[in-house]
Amino acid sequence: MSQMIKVAITVNGQHTTAMVEPRTLLVQYLRDNLNLTATNVGCDTSSCGACTVHLNGEAVKSCTILAVQADGENVTTVEGLANGNEMHPMQQAFMANHGLQCGYCTPGMVMAAISLVKDIPNPTEEDVRIGLEGNLCRCTGYHNIVQSVLAYAEGK
Amino acid sequence: MIYSPKSISNAVQILQDDPDAQILSGGTDFMVEVNFGHRAPTSVLSLRAIKELCTWSQQDGVIRIGSALPYAQMETGPLAKLLPALAQAARTVGSPQIRAAGTLGGNLGTSSPAGDSLPVLYALDATIIIATATGERRMAVKDFMVGPKRNALSKGEIITAVELPASTGYQGYSKVGVRNAMVISIASACLVHNPIDRSVRLAMGTVGPTIIRASAAEKWLGEECDLASASSITPAICAEFGRRCGDESQPITDHRSTAEYRRHAVSVITSRLLERCAAS
Ligand SMILES: Cc1cc2nc3c(=O)[nH]c(=O)nc-3n(C[C@H](O)[C@H](O)[C@H](O)COP(=O)(O)OP(=O)(O)OC[C@H]3O[C@@H](n4cnc5c(N)ncnc54)[C@H](O)[C@@H]3O)c2cc1C
Ligand code: FES
Ligand code: FES
Repeated sequence: MSQMIKVAITVNGQHTTAMVEPRTLLVQYLRDNLNLTATNVGCDTSSCGACTVHLNGEAVKSCTILAVQADGENVTTVEGLANGNEMHPMQQAFMANHGLQCGYCTPGMVMAAISLVKDIPNPTEEDVRIGLEGNLCRCTGYHNIVQSVLAYAEGK
Repeated sequence: MIYSPKSISNAVQILQDDPDAQILSGGTDFMVEVNFGHRAPTSVLSLRAIKELCTWSQQDGVIRIGSALPYAQMETGPLAKLLPALAQAARTVGSPQIRAAGTLGGNLGTSSPAGDSLPVLYALDATIIIATATGERRMAVKDFMVGPKRNALSKGEIITAVELPASTGYQGYSKVGVRNAMVISIASACLVHNPIDRSVRLAMGTVGPTIIRASAAEKWLGEECDLASASSITPAICAEFGRRCGDESQPITDHRSTAEYRRHAVSVITSRLLERCAAS
């Protein structure tokens, strides 16, 4: 698999394009080709959720999608959430409720949380816990993450 | 090389021209194997761009689900109303991100005895539709899976859809794992009650080399009660039914569970499914 392939992906509203190796993962394209390094890799086997981005508005794990599979599609990363200097309300809710410590899981958590509240606009605590089951956090014990998402859903 | 054909006929042609190309759907099994270094494809055929594989339809009492439709579309909405057990099974697969990507074609392709959709397909006597170089073949799901991670698919073939009957009686799915979230099952089961042909069909997962239908327990139940309704099913019958299902299971001991625990667990969930059916 060495012949280079051209991909064109809209990332955070910007048209991007590059020649990539067929095996390039979407997360590698974001981090290495576009230098969008907020999206982290924690496991690369679809377990931890650190690499969660939105593909056409839906949360997916970018470590197990090929860049070629996202050709022609729309991707949003955590870098694309802010409106100018103003953070997305979900990011603000994480800050106000201490929903992060080391921050490694946070970009993936925030992307998964936005997708969750889009599907369930008024979630219960249990809805939030179930909805974030694909995202692991080694620091917070989850309590403040859940509070952040509930605060966002209430405040919106 | 990565191929992204837009039609089934193109995809089949690609597999003729490049027989080593491996089929990639949601990638939730495939790409994990690649990233672990367990799979190193020389070329890949991605199904993502074939729109007709990503839809479902209903006609003349038959529901046809495209092999590349993600689980997320089965969890809620009209498909979940038509196929409640499939919706319940879909909701237990991985996490929301996995359900946005994973598909029935991939669950069948992997053919793990722990695949969560598979007991549902067995209990509903699903038909698997397969595109071949010369056209199409149809196969009962019970003939599709031939062993753990082994199936009847030949090189060059693509699963295009699964056909399931629309029915009116109770349908339920239950799964036991070591925790609630993101868990591979230790035992699973699907029960389908069909009041019209007076039958209950029960399929068990993760307790044998393939999915297992509890045919003897089904037959016993049909002799004990009139299954035109669920009202004659008593708690004692539920308990005995569960015991008989456990007898028909063929569990093994592995790193997830002992055989004894699996047999116990499958007895408990099958008897509970029948209780839920009786209460429905
Ligand atoms: C974190 C995590 C949690 C998981 N949890 C569960 C769970 O709870 N329950 C469960 O059942 N599974 C689980 N899985 C496994 C996986 O999500 C499912 O098996 C899923 O159905 C695979 O579908 P896919 O579209 O991603 O398949 P892929 O990974 O794309 O393909 C899987 C296999 O099927 C073949 N294939 C795919 N589509 C076709 C087709 N149309 N025709 C012929 N062959 C085909 C591929 O060549 C490959 O061999 C989990 C996986 C992960 C990473
Ligand atoms: S890096 Fe993708 S899920 Fe862990
Ligand atoms: S804040 Fe450190 S992993 Fe979640």
